[in-house]
Amino acid sequence: MTAPLLEVSEIHTAYGLSRVLFGVSIEVGAGECVCLLGRNGVGKSTTMRSIMGLTPPQAGRVAFKGVDITGWESYRVARAGIGFVPEDRRIFADLTVWENLDVAQRGGGWTTERVFDLFPTLRQLTGRNGGYLSGGEQQMLTIARTLMGNPELLLLDEPSEGLAPLVVDHLDEQIARLKAEGLTILLAEQNTEFSLRLADRVYVLEKGAIRFSGAAAALRDNEALRHELLAL
Amino acid sequence: MDTILQLLLNGLAVGCIYGLVALGFVLIYKATELVNFAQGDLLMLGAFTCYMFVVWYGLGYWAAFALAIAIVALFGAALDATVLRRVIGQPQFAVVMLTIGLGAIFRSFASITWGSEIYTLPTPFSARATRLGGVTVSHEYVSIIVGTVVLCAALYAFFTYTRVGVAMQAASQNQLAAYYMGIPVKRMFSLIWAISAGVAAIAGVLLAPVSLIDINLGFIGLKAFAAAVLGGFGSIPGALVGGLTIGLIELFAGAYLPHGVKDVAAYVVLLVVLAVRPQGIFGAVGRKKV
Repeated sequence: MTAPLLEVSEIHTAYGLSRVLFGVSIEVGAGECVCLLGRNGVGKSTTMRSIMGLTPPQAGRVAFKGVDITGWESYRVARAGIGFVPEDRRIFADLTVWENLDVAQRGGGWTTERVFDLFPTLRQLTGRNGGYLSGGEQQMLTIARTLMGNPELLLLDEPSEGLAPLVVDHLDEQIARLKAEGLTILLAEQNTEFSLRLADRVYVLEKGAIRFSGAAAALRDNEALRHELLAL
Repeated sequence: MDTILQLLLNGLAVGCIYGLVALGFVLIYKATELVNFAQGDLLMLGAFTCYMFVVWYGLGYWAAFALAIAIVALFGAALDATVLRRVIGQPQFAVVMLTIGLGAIFRSFASITWGSEIYTLPTPFSARATRLGGVTVSHEYVSIIVGTVVLCAALYAFFTYTRVGVAMQAASQNQLAAYYMGIPVKRMFSLIWAISAGVAAIAGVLLAPVSLIDINLGFIGLKAFAAAVLGGFGSIPGALVGGLTIGLIELFAGAYLPHGVKDVAAYVVLLVVLAVRPQGIFGAVGRKKV
């Protein structure tokens, strides 16, 4: 077996004195869609922030394409090929949609044309300032903007958070399309139904540690297990 | 009528200088939320550097001008990288004290290097004027206005049409997002410091022929600060409009109001505007970047 695209080994991460992750290890193979599941506050976002170098782990190792990227500055991690779509979106409110996309462009397969094919809504909004978009449009823009950086691995942190159900359905379709096009995705979600449909494998986090890891199908088909792990 | 036109021209020119220094305040504030009280002293350094190249080393005006901009801009970037980056996120009080202290250091550096006398910078515009009707159009004042317009157009084009310019806007608006999108935010901030310092140097060289150069030239920064506040701290058009407003008020107050009012007129207007519209002319209410 070839080395996984992303390999997180035994990371421990803390915010000041408050420790959040206790030896989390995950692997994401090229072309895979892996989902991090778990309730609020179990460390899903922190795992992503650790990978991105926003909250560098105090111990453990993050390797991307076999290169140790632990503790790299975030902009280098991004340029190495990891795109991050954070939960709080953080679009550039005073830049237009077009500028939001252009500023992210790193050269490669993704062009504005291609992201507009994926999110046709954005095509009508190119001249509008990011701050005037609806929540769903902002979420599309954040994903589109991240794609413009031509990531090989996309980290999606709770993309459906705070969006109307209809918008979520639409977004889910786009994420499924990205997966179908072969993009490697690491997805953090509380919404298990969608993630279990999309993901190849899942990790369930609890109190900063991996509680379960396995095929998404195993969890999908076993309601008792799902209830035990996620108590939804 | 001619007097009014004359005052208008001179007031606009002085206002341009305030506007340029205010622009420096605003650029740095928007990006890093630091208020740089040494902005006026950077202007002073720019004027002295140009003077040194012209008078001491016999360089042409334009070459000396370009060198002064480059040197002060580099100095601004170095200042960011070595000192100011460390105080981002510290209480404003610490930042204010630090930059006021830096200003004092720059003044004493200038006094040691260039002496504490008053100097004149010979320029191609010095002591030349064209008469238009009853108005004496001094070339020095025209050079300030033209210089400001060209500079503002260049900055506007840079921030709107170049990738680096847009990336700088992005980094100002949302540091964290810019950071994980692959924009080297620290380098962008150093660049913003370089631009602010370069703009101050340009203002200093443009101002030199009408104001004479001495180590206290930088105190003009206090009025420019008022201009920035008047325009709504954080708004670039606001900084320019604020500067022009203060320049015009000052000249007209000097001409038509009792002696001594000139120097406080700008602050009186500032107080009135802030009482009526606390966010300044162009300021947005309660928009804090997250």
